[in-house]
Amino acid sequence: MSDLQTTQEVSGIIDALIIKHQHQPGALLPLLHAIQDSIGYVPETAYLPISKALSLSVAEVHGVVTFYHHFRLHKPGRHIMQICRAESCQAMGSEALEAHAKKCLNVDYHQTTADDAITLEPIYCLGNCALSPSVMIDDEVYGRVSATDLEALIAEARA
Amino acid sequence: MSIKVYIPRDSSALAVGAEKVAFAIAAEAKARGADIEIVRNGSRGLYWLETMVEVATDQGRVAYGPVTVKDVPALFDADFIHGKPHALSLGLTEEIDWLKKQQRLTFARVGVTNPVCLNDYIAHDGYKGLNNALKLSGADIVKTVTDSGLRGRGGAAFPTGIKWNTVLGCASEQKYIVCNADEGDSGTYSDRMIMEGDPFVLIEGMTIAAIAVGATQGYIYLRSEYPHALIALNEAIDAANKAGYLGDDILGSGKAFHLEVRRAAGAYVCGEETSLLESLEGKRGLVRFKPPLPAIEGLFGKPTVVNNVISLASVPIILDKGAQFYADYGMGRSRGTLPIQLAGNLKHCGLVELAFGATLRELLYDFGGGSATGKQIRAVQVGGPLGAFLPESQFDTPLDYEEFSKIWAVLGHGGIVAFDDTVDMSKMARYAFEFCAVESCGKCTPCRIGSTRGVEVIDKIRAGTDHAKNIQLVRDLSDTMLNGSLCALGGMTPYPVLSALNHFPQDFGVSAETKLA
Repeated sequence: MSDLQTTQEVSGIIDALIIKHQHQPGALLPLLHAIQDSIGYVPETAYLPISKALSLSVAEVHGVVTFYHHFRLHKPGRHIMQICRAESCQAMGSEALEAHAKKCLNVDYHQTTADDAITLEPIYCLGNCALSPSVMIDDEVYGRVSATDLEALIAEARA
Repeated sequence: MSIKVYIPRDSSALAVGAEKVAFAIAAEAKARGADIEIVRNGSRGLYWLETMVEVATDQGRVAYGPVTVKDVPALFDADFIHGKPHALSLGLTEEIDWLKKQQRLTFARVGVTNPVCLNDYIAHDGYKGLNNALKLSGADIVKTVTDSGLRGRGGAAFPTGIKWNTVLGCASEQKYIVCNADEGDSGTYSDRMIMEGDPFVLIEGMTIAAIAVGATQGYIYLRSEYPHALIALNEAIDAANKAGYLGDDILGSGKAFHLEVRRAAGAYVCGEETSLLESLEGKRGLVRFKPPLPAIEGLFGKPTVVNNVISLASVPIILDKGAQFYADYGMGRSRGTLPIQLAGNLKHCGLVELAFGATLRELLYDFGGGSATGKQIRAVQVGGPLGAFLPESQFDTPLDYEEFSKIWAVLGHGGIVAFDDTVDMSKMARYAFEFCAVESCGKCTPCRIGSTRGVEVIDKIRAGTDHAKNIQLVRDLSDTMLNGSLCALGGMTPYPVLSALNHFPQDFGVSAETKLA
């Protein structure tokens, strides 16, 4: 995902992905994943071409995008940090970790840091429950994360 | 010949540095001119020892752990590649007590083989079940699965063979096998371990299911939080396609089965089978009314088997060794083995596959080693976020579907999350409602509205406002959700809430009574 993408480039990418995915059964989720994987979010400008290609209403597309926690409507920061809020991590101190992250980043959940480096999101279980508490940054999971580890991860993401 | 060094690619091992350890070992071996071959295996499931590195020796595999990057030079100095002693040495892997005490049937190969190497899979008894299945009629395969006593390991514990039989009995041009890999329960990771550590066993199980009921297309609905499982599954599916274990003509039988992984998108409710089917069809994951059952009108309106990863991954060994072999494990109506996942505040968290019947206490103390913090274990939640909290007085309950049902608890997907004595159970009850509110699909009122009202009522109880009245209100609300919700999300949220209230009333009442006084 590049900051230099113009509206035109984005719409070109979306059109190409629609052509690639529209004929598979149940195409909408694979298509939305493909769009988010390539540009980082699902822009509302994608609704109309998707709805036409899949014979859906714009409202149906919007309904699907907003139903699933994974899809985002706005461009995130350069990295996405997800902190697990589920029970196993709670049993190992995730609440303090959440508070620490919010304080270090000076944001709340669903917000992006001022330097655009990190978007903070909650997540409910990463399947890393044997090594709680867990944090995921982009596609990588980190286990037994202490406050110090978290600070190091933040510094690394900001570098 | 190169010495084989095993370093897991399991995402929990990666979460504590397995990738860096693998790089360091490769670099150190190169610098020292040591002839090694690194195999990226699944995890053995002894997670407190990750990154656990194993080397193949004449005596068997020798394990070292937990290995970090800074240990690598010293391990080479100690000549670990020939299994020599080092402070991190754990001895022969097979002799590690924690593993030796287990009965690994479904997990027989996890951690042992290279997960994406088809030849390795076949060399370790892989595809024996499918070969047997191809000689049987669909009805005989279904009978074998029914006779094994296998029940759905996703949580509902419905007999797998009966579900298959319904699909077998439906006349339809198109049928589907759908694997529910949307493992969203906190404290569970066995599906992930299978998909990352032995994806072929799942593929084989799905192929057997397809041949049994006459399905030609399969989907694995995989949660988006598991990117490493996605990679391993796709590598294994490619290999199976190339070798004729998937595709238009499976092993020359003339039977077709195509398999595709579909990514979920972070909605917990999509682990509910009808919501999952809606999602696969490209819609919002709204729960469907039942009937019709998915077995009759499932994906795209066609007869569909929807099974959990572990249910499907348990099928190959049943077809390989027979129904009786599997049914000989277990107790009562809970036959076979359950992969139990120890999580939360325990010293030794990991995967324990045992025949049904072991007690919680054995798991928490003999395997789990007590709490990680050294404090008393006060409560455990079994079966994910919709499972009941159990107090110490119930720790002798054997892991058995019916025994758990008797104490108003569930085994669910086999996850056990332990909490020490610092836990505030009213806060856990509040979280249960909050989670339900975040994840509700919104179709039925008890779940959609009840969850939010539940958070508010618990807040009032915690604040001591109209205490007795609000305790009664939370019970009434739970009753409505329990009996009036469309699926288990709203219908089982009362399990953690009421079990917390009933077993730990002091966490809900003492401060309120003090205020009232």
